[in-house]
Amino acid sequence: MEANTERIITLDLLPETGWATVAGVTVPIEPADRNLVLRLMELGFVPGERVHVVREGRPGHDPLAVRLGHTTFALRRREAAFIQVIPAA
Amino acid sequence: MSGPTPALPQRIALLGNPNCGKTALFNLLTGSRQKVANYAGVTVERKEGVMRTASGRRIQVLDLPGAYSLNALSTDEAVTRDVITGHSPEALPDLLVCVADATNLRLHLRLVLEARQLGLPLVVALNKMDRARQLGITIDKALLARELNVPVVETVSVHAHGADALRAMLDEPLREAPPAHWKPPGVEQVLATQRDVLGIFNRTVTSPSTDKDPSIRIDRFLMHPVWGFAVLALVLFVTFLAVFSGGDVLSGWIEDAFGAIAGVVEANMADGLLRGLIVEGVIGGVGGVIVFLPQILILFLFILALEASGYLPRAAFLLDRPMSAAGLSGRSFIPLLSSFACAIPGIMATRTIANWRDRLTTILIAPLMACSARIPVYTLIVAALFPDDAVAAALVMVGLYVLGIVAAMTVAWFIKRSDKHAARSPLMMELPAYQWPDLRSLVIGLWERAMIFLRRVGTIILALTIIMWALYTVPSPRDNDRSLAGELGHALHYVFKPIGFNEQISFALVPGMAAREVVVSALGTAYSMDGDEGDVDEQLRERIEREWPLATKLSLLLWMVFAPQCLSTFVVVKRETGSWKQMWIMGGYLFGLAYLASLITYQLTTFLTAP
Repeated sequence: MEANTERIITLDLLPETGWATVAGVTVPIEPADRNLVLRLMELGFVPGERVHVVREGRPGHDPLAVRLGHTTFALRRREAAFIQVIPAA
Repeated sequence: MSGPTPALPQRIALLGNPNCGKTALFNLLTGSRQKVANYAGVTVERKEGVMRTASGRRIQVLDLPGAYSLNALSTDEAVTRDVITGHSPEALPDLLVCVADATNLRLHLRLVLEARQLGLPLVVALNKMDRARQLGITIDKALLARELNVPVVETVSVHAHGADALRAMLDEPLREAPPAHWKPPGVEQVLATQRDVLGIFNRTVTSPSTDKDPSIRIDRFLMHPVWGFAVLALVLFVTFLAVFSGGDVLSGWIEDAFGAIAGVVEANMADGLLRGLIVEGVIGGVGGVIVFLPQILILFLFILALEASGYLPRAAFLLDRPMSAAGLSGRSFIPLLSSFACAIPGIMATRTIANWRDRLTTILIAPLMACSARIPVYTLIVAALFPDDAVAAALVMVGLYVLGIVAAMTVAWFIKRSDKHAARSPLMMELPAYQWPDLRSLVIGLWERAMIFLRRVGTIILALTIIMWALYTVPSPRDNDRSLAGELGHALHYVFKPIGFNEQISFALVPGMAAREVVVSALGTAYSMDGDEGDVDEQLRERIEREWPLATKLSLLLWMVFAPQCLSTFVVVKRETGSWKQMWIMGGYLFGLAYLASLITYQLTTFLTAP
């Protein structure tokens, strides 16, 4: 099935236990955020990778425990929002 | 570089992602032959050791701080980058051993590719190969070596012979690496490297189609909004139960041993000043402090084991949101937990917090966690408050711990509010796969903590107990009925009178300001009590119960919760922050809080209990 651009959401909106495929990453101009996003890419958040929200923190559904390959990362929602994903049907 | 015969490596450095098992491998290679210090100018731990290669040659090993990338985000990563790119006072290593977790090559191969661009001879150590096999992961080592164009060896850092292949490799002449120059990569380059990583990974690694790693299932439970917190509460409860019950037994043995030593000295020495100094000053004073060693070590055993197993990062995840209400992040959890043993290793553990403001806040509030040195004072006064009610006493003890935590969170909240330029701090923390802790690393970790404590006992606390003994023994020049210490206590009494402290407490707080461990023995000295430690504690409890008004007991308890009575903490805050100002801010606010809390408690209790 072709990726439908209308189904692209940011990772922070993926529901708990949801699976998705990374579609893209927003690279901000502000230096601290840019370094943060570069690091996310270095950790493997690059287009084509499968991600899975294992758990959300409480209260406020923050932070997220995101499975990527064989690693789990804890990300704040704000950090996850730089990553665009296509949720698995 | 091209000599007549190719050189053998003399000085190697271990490079790797955090959680790749690098430190366990370092411990396996070097055993106890380690030197722990700091890198020049920064508070990043520098671990170096000596190892033997397969042929028995002795070579130097440097354990570089863990780094995900040379594009450094933290001080640790910056040190690693500077050492291996030749931008630090450190000599460049002859050979880089890039340690990669075989169960997670998709993540760890990237650093290998980055390290390959440095122009240093490189060997890849595929670590945790035993675990990879269990998970059904197969790696074509020969193909990987060809693809990377560097030698690849397997290691299992938790097996005694797990580094044999690496030891053999270190007897082979250094290969010349193509000269290169590292530059921070941009977005395009990061993406290109990731494409290379994926290509190599897909060609060399076969993983089972279903993820056999149970981490996801365990995580679903341990980070559950209800069960997760329940397990965390249980873990903390068991930890502190072990600290108090197990610690008591072991401490009793140590007390007996010191009592026996004092008995031997008393039996074999003529009565006199020197015997007094040795028995009361040195053996009594030092022995009274060493009894905390079991409690500190039990707490650290739990912390180190929970951290190595992968549980503590999950606890940090659970607590991230609650702690962010106070302006902290989950990353502050581990340093604060360590501070319940002792604030010094706790403050040193803040090095893992990349954000400077978060780190500073954590350092400033760490002394509010009830460290083990407070336990004897708490126990003494609480026992005097409730001589016949163990349940009430236990509840008040818990209350004192909670008060410290609440105060810490409140202070953190005020610091956050006062800082208008506060940058948002990222969390971005790896939750590593669960694993059994490596016994060798646990033992070495405990040993390091024990040494920090014993060094303190051998220096500051020994000196204090001798000074205290001298002050008590030397008579005052003005009044021969009084010792110098009595004179000092009398003078300080004016400062402490509004908060209800009598002359004996004022005197005990003189050495107690430098180390709160000595407060109880100093009180014993002030009331001129003799006998071994158990007797003194018992007599002291009775006198306090009888002679101190309720308001004074409560006031001293509150004082002990807040007052920064620890010279070593001051020293370590200065060293870790590099700033006298931060040290005085920490000391000042804690003294202010202590005086205020005690003043209110004393005056209010006196008013309410007035006949």
